[in-house]
Amino acid sequence: MSVTHPATVPPAAGARTPAAEPATRPMTVRRHWSEHGLVFVAPFLLFYGLFLVWPLLSGIGMSMSSDNIAGTGGEFVGFDNYAEALQDPNVWSSLWNTVWFTVLSTVPLVVTGLVLALLSHHLRIVQWLWRLSWFAPFLLPSGVVGLLFLWVIFPSDFGFADQALAAVGLNPGIGWLTDERYAMLSIVLTTVWWTVGFNFLLYLAALQAIPQHLYEAAELDGAGAWHRLRHITLPLLSRTTGVVVVLQVLASLKIFDQVYIMTGGGPDDSTRPILQYVYQAGFTGYRIGYASAVSYIFFALILIVSLVQLRLSRRTREENAR
Amino acid sequence: MSAHAPADTTGRRARWTPGRAAMLLAALALVVVWVLPLAWAVATSLKPEGETTKTPLEWIGSTITFDAYRQVWKSGDLTQWLFNSVYISVMTTVLTVVLCAMAAYGFSRTDFRGRKALYGLVLAGIMVPPQVLIAPLFAEMVQLGLVDTYWGVILPQVAVPAMVFILVKFFDGVPRELEEAAFVDGAGRWRVFWTIVMPLSRPVLAAVAIFTFISTWNNFLWPFLVTTDPGGMTLPVGLVNVQSSYGLRYAQMMASVVIAGLPLLIVFALFQRQIVRGVAHTGLAGQ
Repeated sequence: MSVTHPATVPPAAGARTPAAEPATRPMTVRRHWSEHGLVFVAPFLLFYGLFLVWPLLSGIGMSMSSDNIAGTGGEFVGFDNYAEALQDPNVWSSLWNTVWFTVLSTVPLVVTGLVLALLSHHLRIVQWLWRLSWFAPFLLPSGVVGLLFLWVIFPSDFGFADQALAAVGLNPGIGWLTDERYAMLSIVLTTVWWTVGFNFLLYLAALQAIPQHLYEAAELDGAGAWHRLRHITLPLLSRTTGVVVVLQVLASLKIFDQVYIMTGGGPDDSTRPILQYVYQAGFTGYRIGYASAVSYIFFALILIVSLVQLRLSRRTREENAR
Repeated sequence: MSAHAPADTTGRRARWTPGRAAMLLAALALVVVWVLPLAWAVATSLKPEGETTKTPLEWIGSTITFDAYRQVWKSGDLTQWLFNSVYISVMTTVLTVVLCAMAAYGFSRTDFRGRKALYGLVLAGIMVPPQVLIAPLFAEMVQLGLVDTYWGVILPQVAVPAMVFILVKFFDGVPRELEEAAFVDGAGRWRVFWTIVMPLSRPVLAAVAIFTFISTWNNFLWPFLVTTDPGGMTLPVGLVNVQSSYGLRYAQMMASVVIAGLPLLIVFALFQRQIVRGVAHTGLAGQ
């Protein structure tokens, strides 16, 4: 965040003339700056190597083997697992479910987050109430959210969702989680309720960073509230929106918990995301080699999104610098 | 970091226009929508077991009873899981903060051969979601004998490249003069780091710690995979694992849900400001 920080200025090259200093001082300082560097970095690198770099590399080996769940007992099979995965209709359907969930969830999560932030920011009163009710669900574990919606919100007939529909005169009896037409939408609804608070907070922080005088100037010029929103707030939020969208897409692609808990991927695998298929192949099917191959296909998808994001953010930064 | 300025900087009270009143109504309606599912969970947990699936719905049963809470608390699993969750989250948070702060300080302040390459390697890790590593990581855990242990849950979560990145950016902005004075006084780098740099960095360390604690507390996939023994499970994993044993006892199920959800909500109510700031800061700075 710091643009030019003083740390890049060599310590001795200040207003003080080096000659006026004792000769030993710059030397000790320089020695201190460089010593022990690896000592600080090594503990992190140990864990990083053991639990990120190594599995990333060994996973490539595994994906080319017929290993079992303990990572042993298999033989080298080359790219067979990848070839099989690319022809496996389950891989394609669960990839599609993942992408479809991402599409369905990203728009409401970003838009709702923005709307909630605008409401909270402009109302200026009882901030704690807005924050508590809209952000609090984000602090609940997926297990809690999943069980809550599975057990008492979405059951047909006596569930809260159905009863709420009945209360306004609509027909209950919807298979929220058991009907293929509604299951994915129910998961999207649950996810919006659960995680929109995060986007709400990011937008709120961005809104609070907008200098107040811009609005005051616009008000003096007679700009109405709508005008101020369209021509001051939203343009100034565009960078935040970019960040929020990318974070949301990446988070949505990694969906597993709520689906696994609420529908188990059903009905008829219609909500099963790719991560659940990895889990099934490796942990209940005991084919860790095949599961690794599917993981790397999923990883490729994530990497593409991340790289696109990197390009975009670099471009906007260059535009801003111009 | 002007993002942390309070919302109300004008010092004058906003006027109540019809537009603003409409906004208030909309906001209150949305609050109701967000609170209802939680309220329903609490309401269900306070009903006698036989009345939980009545239609049309009733918020309050024939009596208000804490039976369900008594039952799930007596079963004992819940207290064990609560302890596991607290232990795992605290250990993970402490280790993450210490390891990442040390590494970030090393990358920001010292120079050694291969520093740039190693930092590049760490930054590249930001793009690797832990979820894609579950298969090889689990095999590694089997080989290390860490399946069904606390360390098996904790250790894979402590080296977080994004946190190193956030802290490096912070340390880069701290003037070196503060440390130099101490060096001149003869303090070693180790002591300078712990007695000057760490206390100075309290706000950013708090942000990292808060973010880490929340995500560890709520992590499902990894603890779910690496624990098979119910005694070692975290709270959410344990609940999901035994849900079928609740049969159709909805009140008890919801009592467990409330107990499992409550700790972080209480913490949030107490430290709202810090948590909001920490989450927003860490969430954005990762970019």
